[in-house]
Amino acid sequence: MASINQNVYPRAAPDFRNLGVVLRTLVLVNLLVIIAALIRAQTLGGAWNELLQISALVQPLLIISLLALMLLSGWLQRLAYRTAILFVLTLVLALAVALYFAVGRALGLDAAALQRGCLLTLLATLIVLGYFDLRARALSPALTEARLQALQARIRPHFLFNSLNAVLSLIRENPRRAENALEDMAELFRVLMADNRELSPLSREVALCRQYLDLEALRLGERLQVEWHVDNMPGDALVPPLVLQPLLENAVYHGIEPRAAPGLISINIFQRRNQVHAVLRNPYQENGSHHAGNRMALNNIRERLQLHFDVEATLATRVTADSYQVHIVMPYRTQRSDGRG
Amino acid sequence: MAAADDVLRVAIVDDEAPARNRMRDLLGDCAERLPLAIVGEAANGVAALELLARVATDVALLDIRMPEMDGLELAQHLRKLPQPPAVIFTTAYDAHAIRAFELHAIDYLLKPIRAERLHDALIRARGTRPAHADVLRDIRQAPRSRLSVQERGRIRLVPVDEIIYLKAELKYVTVRTAAREYLIEESLVRLEQEMGERFVRIHRNCLVARAAIRGFERAADQNGEARWVVLLNGVDEKLPVSRRQQAIVREFAHRG
Repeated sequence: MASINQNVYPRAAPDFRNLGVVLRTLVLVNLLVIIAALIRAQTLGGAWNELLQISALVQPLLIISLLALMLLSGWLQRLAYRTAILFVLTLVLALAVALYFAVGRALGLDAAALQRGCLLTLLATLIVLGYFDLRARALSPALTEARLQALQARIRPHFLFNSLNAVLSLIRENPRRAENALEDMAELFRVLMADNRELSPLSREVALCRQYLDLEALRLGERLQVEWHVDNMPGDALVPPLVLQPLLENAVYHGIEPRAAPGLISINIFQRRNQVHAVLRNPYQENGSHHAGNRMALNNIRERLQLHFDVEATLATRVTADSYQVHIVMPYRTQRSDGRG
Repeated sequence: MAAADDVLRVAIVDDEAPARNRMRDLLGDCAERLPLAIVGEAANGVAALELLARVATDVALLDIRMPEMDGLELAQHLRKLPQPPAVIFTTAYDAHAIRAFELHAIDYLLKPIRAERLHDALIRARGTRPAHADVLRDIRQAPRSRLSVQERGRIRLVPVDEIIYLKAELKYVTVRTAAREYLIEESLVRLEQEMGERFVRIHRNCLVARAAIRGFERAADQNGEARWVVLLNGVDEKLPVSRRQQAIVREFAHRG
């Protein structure tokens, strides 16, 4: 099992453009600094002085290294893992030496301090890289599990069987329409059953959503009203597949089906600065039980957003007296900006 | 049923038009072997109850998930008709209900439905007795949205959110709304179990809608003893709070 996982999830250097990776690195290195200060100090009060002294040396190197790695990350992602790690180590060491010659000597550091500093820098970098490797390994089974879970949540039997029933009803009187509906269904289910671990263009997700809503319109007729606001949508943005479709399925199940009167689902997708926003709104009645199925789909999407974008993506829901709204924010990534492409 | 040897009278209740079309086609197929007639169609429970009260029907095919009133609640109200139809539930997918139907031997059909399966169910349906209201209530796991009242052979639906209080009197329970009173033949204990979230017991024989309580005041009863009475929105009556239920006065004061 382990070897299969390694094949499926090739090891790659951490993506230093990711805010989560940057934050985790900062926290980890500063923890090491605090530990070092506590070990070196004789008293607790002395530890504060040690902390300041060590920080004065470590923080500049830490920040410059992170900036350099951020700039080089796209390129770094394409290297083999070992090469990438060697490169990171060399880069950080080189920066340490450069800092020594630039300002360290002026501060009165000697060659012995340089040697010790280099060794400590090397160890700290190894610890950080080791941590990210362990974290990636720990998360990879979670990714598999999330994928399986997603697969289960996606094919809501309620939708499958009701749609099949609607298509059956068309066969005798309107065979042409039945054909189209079956073709739509085939395409939809091909995506639903595909390997959906890789990010895919937003335009594809939107096309899928339209197909899905066409199928629902077949059985719900006038009761399902849909409004698309996607003029300012960045179609090339890379998003986790099926990030919107399950939300629309929820909107239909909880927002439209419990109503006898027509209900409106509105979808608003736009780009603001470096972020992609998707806002879905549907009618909502308090007694129309909003329960486990909805939460499962939301948690599922939240988990996949986290696995792909870490802290850079958010999913928020808002319930008002008569409407339910989901707001997703994702970083704007495209095939070109994403090194892995 | 009335037309046992004659034509089987069938009603279709489903909120989706394509599902009703499909059922019509299937019944058409069955009609070749089993004389039957479609006496009506409805898109939700409320419309269906109105239809079935008007048109004599042997078998009602009820979708479970519908807006306004679902199939499981509709079946509970249908029992009050003078000649209730046999009920066959239809559903695309409802794991909980299906398990319960199996357990209580209630007939159901899974959509998409096969003509043979429908044919068998129609033949069986003529002989079966309707499922007990308590069983249906347990399967549905939610209080009814309306109470059904028999009035001169007709059924009248009283929305539960319009009810101000329920009061037990001998054989009947009085249902009071702002507009008028109705009598139903149900047990106050069962009603309390079902609708305990909405109603609070103020006396051995009386449940009051929490939302209708305006306040409490002290008043003398016929023996001249002071006791609490409930003031209500929508009606002028003041209902006595029994000694055992006095705690609710305090509870209400804390909330209000």
